[in-house]
This record gives sequence, structure tokens and C-alpha cells, in this order.
Amino acid sequence: MPDPPSPAPASVAEVAEGLRSVGYLPGESTALVAYLATKLGKPVLVEGPAGVGKTELAKALASYLGRELVRLQCYEGLDEAKALYEWNYRKQLLRIQAEASGTGWDAVQEDIFGEEFLLARPLMTAIASEQPVVLLIDEIDKTDQEFEAMLLEVLSDFQISIPELGRVESRTHPVVLLTSNNSRELTEALKRRCLYLWLDYPELEHELEIVRLHAPELSETVARRLVEVIGMVRALDLKKPPSIAESIDWARALLLLGVEDIDADTFTATMSVIVKHRTDMDVVADRVGLKLRAPADVA
Amino acid sequence: MSPDHQGPPAQRAGRPHGPGFEGLPARILELGEELRREGVAVGTSELLDAFEVLAEISWTSQEDFREALAATLAKSQEDRRVFELVFERFFFRATEIAAAREGVREEDLANLGELTEEELEELRAQIAAALRDGSEGAMRDLARMAIAAFARRQEGSGVIGVDVQRIRRALGLRAEPQPDMPAEDPRRDGLPREALRRFEALLRRELERAQIERTGNLPPARPLGELDRALPSGPLADLAAVHRVVAQLRRRLATQGLQARGHRRHAHVDVRRTMRASLQTGGVPVVLKFRPRRPRRPEIYVLCDVSTSVTSASVFFLSVLHALHDTFRKMRSFVFIERISEVTDIFEHERNFKTVSERIGNDAGVADISGYTDYGRVWSEFLQQVEDDLHPRATVIVLGDARTNGRDPRADIFANIAARAGRTFWLNPEPRLYWNYGDSVIAAYEQYCTAFECWTTAQLEDFVRALTRPVISAR
Repeated sequence: MPDPPSPAPASVAEVAEGLRSVGYLPGESTALVAYLATKLGKPVLVEGPAGVGKTELAKALASYLGRELVRLQCYEGLDEAKALYEWNYRKQLLRIQAEASGTGWDAVQEDIFGEEFLLARPLMTAIASEQPVVLLIDEIDKTDQEFEAMLLEVLSDFQISIPELGRVESRTHPVVLLTSNNSRELTEALKRRCLYLWLDYPELEHELEIVRLHAPELSETVARRLVEVIGMVRALDLKKPPSIAESIDWARALLLLGVEDIDADTFTATMSVIVKHRTDMDVVADRVGLKLRAPADVA
Repeated sequence: MSPDHQGPPAQRAGRPHGPGFEGLPARILELGEELRREGVAVGTSELLDAFEVLAEISWTSQEDFREALAATLAKSQEDRRVFELVFERFFFRATEIAAAREGVREEDLANLGELTEEELEELRAQIAAALRDGSEGAMRDLARMAIAAFARRQEGSGVIGVDVQRIRRALGLRAEPQPDMPAEDPRRDGLPREALRRFEALLRRELERAQIERTGNLPPARPLGELDRALPSGPLADLAAVHRVVAQLRRRLATQGLQARGHRRHAHVDVRRTMRASLQTGGVPVVLKFRPRRPRRPEIYVLCDVSTSVTSASVFFLSVLHALHDTFRKMRSFVFIERISEVTDIFEHERNFKTVSERIGNDAGVADISGYTDYGRVWSEFLQQVEDDLHPRATVIVLGDARTNGRDPRADIFANIAARAGRTFWLNPEPRLYWNYGDSVIAAYEQYCTAFECWTTAQLEDFVRALTRPVISAR
């Protein structure tokens, strides 16, 4: 349930504070770009490796601004009918059948192409909404270029043309976030319309803060050790490096187990929380496990 | 200092900005131009956005100022990296020349006097500690101290790069551990490389500042080198880049197929469809229906070296091969070391690149007795296998380093292959500099084919251009 909409933020610090209050610790540039997005109404293109909190940022922004989050998950083959709107054929058919036989075509046509028979998909919902919303277009790099081109109208003018109804213009200005895992180069035209934000894995201190926020019962030393190990694991050449969400999961797992210190044995036992590929597990067990063992032997 | 050096930088750079074109907007536009020079696509709309954004933030926070500009001007990770470098350089130079013109000087450290050996050792230890802690402010101050100290001891060479290295050597800063140091000294375990790089950058910058102060003039801007620009990336990122280019190759080949279809009319009447259409006109064939023109798919033969000398390149090659298979139906692939082995089937039945490379590694059955490439044998076997199928519309692509390990290159057979095929390309994973050195015999083959060096993705793109260029001579 969204909170009542809060007024537009007045400064970068306010945005940072706000995001913090809903459990998202923004980096400097994140807060700044989020602030600019609310201020200028420009879409933001967020890129970065998987699991650095791109989607989370949109959620946090929505809950901070007290707006509803409208999410469009992109995938290969996503088309306008799934993203914009669709006519509700079945309902239209029923309407026609229910019509007395004497009604003329004009009357029926007038009838069945009304808003009542329109199925609004995410983009349409976001634009037609009475209340301002946060629109998240997730993993835009998964779609084809044609779809990107279609987005251009929506993103620059916040309007959608429906042949039967005319133009639907946005009543309020949505905050738009597009995320991309960089699996394909996006078109220049799309990039030009957006502010750009590159999210990377956080610095050690920053991640420590995040982990402490989400697992406050975990002791300072274990938490620090944890983010250090995560850093080591990320430095390896893995198929899927552990994301922030996985560090948090790991922290919670350690908490459940009541671990005092991360040594080689605990690491091997709980490694599966952060490493999710068989080949990766071998690599990690090999490299990181050894490193963890070494100082223990010395002691 | 001659008076004509007093003008604002914009005018000295010869740009036609009129009078009154001053202040921050002018600087932002110059920054935009400098970014363009370094290859970042900065359009007018980006610059307009930048101005719009700057109206929303306070300029007093340098961090916000930079991030705001970056969010609007640099729209990819690579661009972002270039932006950081250009931004640093641009505003450093802009401030320094402004300061020099206003006569503002840094507090003079030159009166530090001669340092004794003990004081010098103290300085060394302090710098090492600052590097270990990574505190930017302390590093900057110490960099200036070091410059002042060494300016006293020896003459500066006047070339900044040389001075930086000399000071660094004199300070004994090394990344390698130095076990003879006392235990609490940070130099004992070696200094972090990243911090060393930053310290060097600070030294360079302070020396540059001193030079600008001395001459009151800006030295010409050094364009960013490939090395500065390159992302600190692992092999994964490289592979991703290859996949990107290969995807582009696929797209371009696909669109080129459409072009080849052309608009030329041709006279194969489709009788069935014509008769059918004639029913509308009472059986009179008014509208002729033509048979659709089938694009003639080019036939491609790819030979890929998978021997140990090209291990690092073979992943790259195999992914190219993989992409080609997605595009061309009539394509046959061969891998070879000492002998040749056809892998067309594997590529056709496996969509996943990982599995493909594993299967080729395991059971492609490359007859690998010595592990050394035998090009002569490969050519003769290849010719035997495909002799009847090779024709002028076929394209032969060889991926290999042309290192024969001293065996007979048999260029005559290769010439025979090239003569039968329409086009022959050679992709060599070694830099051109190494060609024909040692046992590389690429020159023997190069006269019969078009050879490309291919060890960066940019070069792969060159090849893609060549491959997709329409064939002019219809042999």
C-alpha cells in the first residue's frame, strides 16, 4: 500500500536521506541522478552487472516518493499488445452478441471501442494513472530494437496514440527507470533521451553498511569479514559473481547458524548461498577456501 | 610571457566564439568538444540536458557537479571512463591557467631547504603510510613535498614523465614486498598498486601545475592513450565484447542478404499462382505472378586452428564460428591441428556456445598426434574433402596463425583452394608485427588470400566489413 504522495524533494541530500529511510543505501551518484530524475522528469537508464540493486532502486524510489510502482518486465518477443494496451476481444464479442439485432453498426462501434474494453498494459497504466507513478522498465536490453523504437514516443512525450481513441497523454509525470544488464548495446536514440547511471558493486565500506542495515544482529567483525570475502569472490573470474542480495542472504544464513567467525569450514559449508554455479563453486572453493585456511594455520 | 598568451583558452584554441562567450556555459561547451575529440558521442541534446541539470544542483559540490555532467554526457561505461579522464584534465587545466593569469600561486614549498638523509627517510615512510591508508589529501601534500625536496637535490629534467619516474625511484616506492624493512613499516608487505598509480598521477599533476605556474601557459593537451582508456577488465568482459561484435556481424550479414535480393525483375513466371490470379479476371491471365526470388545463400567454408599456439584466440575464433553458423545455412566448419576434422554437425545441433566448445574439445576427434599444426597436410585433406563442392560462389575463411612448426607450408595446394573458391580470407590472431617471424609463413599464403590481423574486436569489425562487402566481380 503506497503511502500518501510526499512533495517533490528539494535537494540531493533529501533524496539520499529518503532512500535511506526505506532501506536503500544509495551511492553519491545514485542519489544525485534520482534527484535529477524527479526534478526534470527525464527517464533514467540504469546499467550495471546483475544484482547491484537496479530494480531495488526503483522500488525504493517508489516507496520513498509514496508512488505506485508500475513494472514492465521485458523479454525477447515482448510486443505492443503486452506493453501498451490491448482490446478485450472477448468482452467486445459478448457486447456485440448481447446487442439487440436492430442496433446499427455505428452505435455498436461507438460502444465496443471505449475505454471499458481497453486492457491497459504497464506503459498505458503508467501514463493514464491519476496519481503520479514510478515506471520501471526492467531489462530493456532483452527486447528487440523495434520495441525500443516504440518506447521513444512514450519516453520523450509521455503519450500513446491509440487509433480508435486518439492520443492518451499523461496526466501526471511518471518517474521512469530503465534497467539494462548491458547484454546488448542500446540504441543511441534511446540513450539520448535518458540520464545515465552506472551502478557497480559497492565499495567495501558501503556494502558493509548495506549488510549491517539488513542484518543488524550480525556482529561488526563477522560482517566486515563477510564483505571482504565477498570482495575476494567477486575478484575471481566467475560465471555469476555474488550480488548484493546474496551477501545479505549469506549474512542472514550466518546469523541463523550463529557463526562467530568465517573460517574455511563455515565458508565451504555455506558457500552455496553466494555461488550458484557448479564450475564456479570449484573455483571459489579452491581459491578463497585456501586463502581463508592459510591465516588460521599460522595462528 | 608574451601578451598574446593572455587571451582566454577558447580564443587561443582558435575557436570562433565571439566576445561575451565567457563563463561556465563556454567551459561546458569546450568540455563537450573535448569529449567529442576523444570519441564520446556528445550531441546538442546532451549538452542541453547538461545545462538543464546544472540548473538543479549546487555547483559548489564538486562531486555533484561531476556526477550531474556525467549522467547527461556519458551514456555507457566506456564513455564514463573517458569522461572521468577528460573531466579531470579539462578542469585542472582550466583552473590552473585561470590561477596563473590571476597571479594566484600555491604556497611555496621551495624554501624547504636541503633535506637531510634522516628527514628524507621520514618522508619516504610517511608517503608509504599515506599510500597504505589511501588518503587522498595526505598523498597530495606529500607529493608536493617530494617534488620540492627533489627539485633541490637534482635538476628536473623538464620532461614530466621522466621526473615522475625519477622521484618515484628515489622514494623507493615499490609494489613488491621488501622483506628487509622493519616489521611495522608499510613497505614491508609491498604497497597497493592502485594507490601507487594514484600517487604517480598526483606527482604528474603537481609537476604540471608547477610548469603552468612557471610559464603562465598551458602545455598542449595530451590525447588519451589506448591504455588510459581501456577499462580495467577481465577476460569475461573481453568475451562479452567479442559476442557484441559477433552479434553485429550477424545482423549485418542478415541485412546484407536482403540487399542481395535486389529489385531486378526476373522472368520466372509462377504458372500456378498466375492461373489462380487469373480466376478473378475470368481465366485471362492479366496479372503475371513471378516466382519469388530466392536469395542465393553464400557458401562458407571455415577452417579453424585449435592448436596450442592459438589457445588464447581459439575461444574468440570458435565464437565467431558459432555466430556464422547462426547466419548461414550452407556452411561447413573444420577444426584442425595436425589433421583436419569436420565439426559442422556439432555446430548445427548445439545452440549453446559453451557446450559446443566442450564437445569440440572432447570428441571432435581432431587427430592430434604431435600437437603441432601441419598446414600442408591440412590443405591437402581439406581439398580432398571438399574438392567437388568448391565453386566460385564459395568463401573460404581460415582462422589461424600460420605457424607451421618448420613443416612445408605447401602454398601450392593453398593456391589451388583459393583459385577454386570465390573469396579466401585469413584471420591471424597475431599482431602484424610478428608475422613472418619465426615459423610464421603467412607471407606464403597472403598472396592468394586477403589476410587480416585479428586480435582486437575493432579488427574483427574490419573483417566483418570486408566479408559483407558485396562481391563485385562475378567470376
